[in-house]
Amino acid sequence: MKARHKRFAIILGGLAALGIAAALILNAFQSNLVFFFTPTQVANGEAPKDRAFRIGGLVKEGSLQRTDITARFVVTDTAKEIPVAYTGILPDLFSEGKGVVAQGALGADGKFTATEVLAKHDENYMPPEAKHAVDQAHEASKTLKQ
Amino acid sequence: MSQPLINWFKFASPASFYPLAGKLWPWFAALAAALTAAGLWISFFVAPTDFQQGEGYRIIFIHVPASWMSMFIYCVMAFWSAIGIGFNTRLSGMMSAALAPTGALFAFLSLWTGALWGKPMWGAWWVWDARLTSELILLFLYLGYIALTAAIDDPRRADKAGAIVSLVGVVNVPIIYFSVKWWNTLHQGASVSMTKAPTMAATMLWGMLLMALAFWMYSIAVALYRVRSIILERERHATWVAELPEMQR
Repeated sequence: MKARHKRFAIILGGLAALGIAAALILNAFQSNLVFFFTPTQVANGEAPKDRAFRIGGLVKEGSLQRTDITARFVVTDTAKEIPVAYTGILPDLFSEGKGVVAQGALGADGKFTATEVLAKHDENYMPPEAKHAVDQAHEASKTLKQ
Repeated sequence: MSQPLINWFKFASPASFYPLAGKLWPWFAALAAALTAAGLWISFFVAPTDFQQGEGYRIIFIHVPASWMSMFIYCVMAFWSAIGIGFNTRLSGMMSAALAPTGALFAFLSLWTGALWGKPMWGAWWVWDARLTSELILLFLYLGYIALTAAIDDPRRADKAGAIVSLVGVVNVPIIYFSVKWWNTLHQGASVSMTKAPTMAATMLWGMLLMALAFWMYSIAVALYRVRSIILERERHATWVAELPEMQR
């Protein structure tokens, strides 16, 4: 084995060891690395109970109600739902059927009081006409099923 | 052993790489200028408005290519570092050093444009989610590399220390890339990836890819330009430098 082969072997071995170490560390801190909990995780008791946390999901269609500057809506991951109340200005991209992340605390009544609401954008980028066409196709498939 | 078509190790010598880099960089600079012009034209005038974000989405034409470059340049630095440690070549350390400022610039651009987009779209300039935090660590790795290599006087030892930093830090790159898959993040998933069809309109995609190509060309041009300065600085006592035509004036 030449000296340079040895050096390359050390580099490869070092990188592999580092990669494994990083994987183990990230795995151990899994619960600290998630930015938000889904309603299903909250229902399963995976969310922290003694401190504020974030929930994330979709704003349920037709659930948004506004009284003065307090907004009430339901966050859903299509399996479980959590009602949320928030007083303040909602971000521009906030709308029904879209992603949302809310920070706050879960009350004993199962209602979430948010201190901050962020809109979560998805990875879809398209012009309004294309969005219109997608919606129409969606509607058409709905009527066909009925 | 048969003679290979191109003797790559010939260009591992600073004396022969210096004129090659001098010949190449203007071409890459010209390509970068042309591609940037075309990319920006598509970005601002051809690409349609987004159905939801309005005109604000146009920041992706800088943000996404800058983020890609910041991750890719780090991988290239790590590659040169491995070559430098393995083959003990002088030029590889110089290449790493030449790439670091450009990588740091792109990491900063990515974070900055992301913050500008985040405020109107998410409602926050900054959140500590996995994607944003790991990209911030990447910026610190670049700055750490630059500071460490600058702090050591002997260039060969500086290269060694820098090589170890860049090799250790390269673990962060897959974490950045896959963070949106592995954990819940506020940052959206990839619109463009190798495994599935892009989830964006074709003209938007073209604008973004042109800008990405432009950033590639820019990075190559400035890295070659910078490595020439580094070579001259380090080899200033060598005879081949004294014999250069530009030194005769």
